[in-house]
Amino acid sequence: MLISRLIRYAAAAAGAAALAAGALAADLKVGLSVSLSGPNSSLGIPYAKGMQTALAYKPEINGRKVQLIVLDDSSDPTTAGRNARKLIQEDKVDVLIGTSGVPSAMAMAQVAKEGATPMIGVTPFAPVDNPWVVAVAQPTQLMVDAVVERMKRNGIKTVGYIGFSDAWGDLVYDALTKTAPTAGISVVANERYARNDQAVTGQVLKIIALHPDAVMTGGAGTPGALPFLALAELGYKGGIYGQHGLINPDFIRVAGAAGNGALMSTGPVIVAEQLPANYPTRKIALEFREAFLKVNHAPSTDAFSAYSFDAWLVFADAAARALSATKAEPGTPAFRLALRDAIHTTKEVVGTHGVFNFKPGAVYGVDERARVIVKLENGQWKLAP
Amino acid sequence: MNWDVALILTVGGLATGSVYLLAGLGLVLIFSVTRVVFVPFGDIAAFAALSLAAFETGTTPPTIGLVLTLASLAVVAELWQLMRRRELARMPRVLMVWGLLPALPCLAAWWVTGRNLPAIAGIVASILLVVPIAPLIARIALRPIADASVLVLLIASLALHFLLSGLGLLFFGPEGSRTHPLVAGATTLPGGFPVSMQVLLMIASAIVLSGLFYLLFERTLHGKALRATAINRVGARLVGIRPARTAALAYGGGSLLAGLIGVLIAPVTTIYYDSGFIIGLKAFVAAIIGGLASYPLTALGALAVGLVESFASFWSGALKDVFVFGTLIPVLLLRSLLASRIEEEEEEIDE
Repeated sequence: MLISRLIRYAAAAAGAAALAAGALAADLKVGLSVSLSGPNSSLGIPYAKGMQTALAYKPEINGRKVQLIVLDDSSDPTTAGRNARKLIQEDKVDVLIGTSGVPSAMAMAQVAKEGATPMIGVTPFAPVDNPWVVAVAQPTQLMVDAVVERMKRNGIKTVGYIGFSDAWGDLVYDALTKTAPTAGISVVANERYARNDQAVTGQVLKIIALHPDAVMTGGAGTPGALPFLALAELGYKGGIYGQHGLINPDFIRVAGAAGNGALMSTGPVIVAEQLPANYPTRKIALEFREAFLKVNHAPSTDAFSAYSFDAWLVFADAAARALSATKAEPGTPAFRLALRDAIHTTKEVVGTHGVFNFKPGAVYGVDERARVIVKLENGQWKLAP
Repeated sequence: MNWDVALILTVGGLATGSVYLLAGLGLVLIFSVTRVVFVPFGDIAAFAALSLAAFETGTTPPTIGLVLTLASLAVVAELWQLMRRRELARMPRVLMVWGLLPALPCLAAWWVTGRNLPAIAGIVASILLVVPIAPLIARIALRPIADASVLVLLIASLALHFLLSGLGLLFFGPEGSRTHPLVAGATTLPGGFPVSMQVLLMIASAIVLSGLFYLLFERTLHGKALRATAINRVGARLVGIRPARTAALAYGGGSLLAGLIGVLIAPVTTIYYDSGFIIGLKAFVAAIIGGLASYPLTALGALAVGLVESFASFWSGALKDVFVFGTLIPVLLLRSLLASRIEEEEEEIDE
């Protein structure tokens, strides 16, 4: 009897203490929803690993702990939206971060707007009229522009295009046709194939028959290797160009020797150790690699884990400024508003992929420093300045 | 388009056509004996290809787990049936046929993994590894409803396809794989036109295998039993042919063909966990050209599908599949014009 009463008092005291501590300094909460299963998991799992790395790299902001809540959206936009709602309403997170796949990220962005919670996207997506969302990934146009500049430097006049017959193929093609004419390059072919096609011989033959100086490919991951293999088999001698969708160890595995010499644009983190010593992102990228190895016991080989690391850096910088600018506690609507405004005034925050400057009304915050051209040589990415 | 391009497209079309040919033969074999349009056929081919890729990288192919799971389910189903019939004395036989037999290729595959054996060991192991899959899933899911209508069987086999392709994603992951060529190098055709040896191998194996098929059906007792079941199930049963056994034989033969297809195409195309479906679907177009009954017509249809696909990809890459599946419409029109009404009624009575 006595003991049970004692326990009850003790419990009440502990509860009160916890409440008091909570009132003094509430933890910051980050809600991450990524695809840990399903077809997008080859991107989602690295995103989650990058986030764990970031948590270990910078676990406290202005003396406050940061809690990370990770949910799996199983590559499904509906689940992604539901996760975002759960994170906002039940967990009261201060910021949402996610996810692989544009439709899923769009679903999250919509919920973020309704729930008045800032969101940092790790995918190149562009929600219209949504002041709560920014993205750390590079816009497709920025990356394709780099490729077009390189083509111009290499004296290329005509280029044939072969890409996916889906949204990604369209995005790359549109970006290419937007800037190629200004560089004096004409796009002579627009061939498409489906991700699970067995062969692209017909499409590639048609391109070769037009004798373009170079071929630009608009694929991603392992299915993106198909045109490289067909071009090599049919003895195409011109240059082959790609974009950041192909920067993936599985692409190298499938393309093999056929990918040799291909030029692609990517974030500088992929070739961090080859960057010149004064390159702005070199130091942090190497620190990220080291932290990643320590946390995950495996080296980082992809660009995706670095995106979520960057999202964390942008959040940490903005949260530090928001905490000193406002008296509102994390977990309240007032703090979320202050955090959003702080994210929108981000100035020269150096991440692994680029230097971030966000402005109200713009989703993307990177510039030319967020892209380099790399060359695939014997299964390794080599910086090609 | 000039002659060079046409020649390249023709050779490419014949190579894919020969893959559809083998798949079409498998589909017709299974359909004519069991009335099941076996949709998971392509998935089994993809599993064979991905198992071979696993052998090449020195990892244990996850297919082993799949086969063992299926085998244990089949054993449970068989034992349940024995219990209900009170024939437990036949238990050792059941354990032998449904438990031990499928486990043998798993054991072989497990033994091959990670040893520096010649490439042929991995190839044989991957083909053998997928052979039990079709008979096992047919035993678990299709035999209990063997007397249902063709439509019910089709829906069941479609469901099995989704199950297998989901398991494929779970076991093999979303990224594709490609294997080393079975034969390296290229040869030159008269006229100075290069053709890769792998493509020639694909065409040659299609010819040899369809020849073997012909001999099997014309000359052996098992082949004749299969044909008899295909022509008239009731009649076959009356002369002492057991439909369950011929069905298992047909599924086994189909599975073997799927395995061969898998290792033949893996070096020339990137295979994903879900690549098999589209291969099966195009083979199905060929099988329909053959009326789901005639092997020679199916073979011709398969080559036609391959050629149409190859030339269509040159004219319009994005609309390639539209051309292939579009050929179904005139074929079906012609078939329904030629088919007599009496034949249909007969089929109704048969069911």
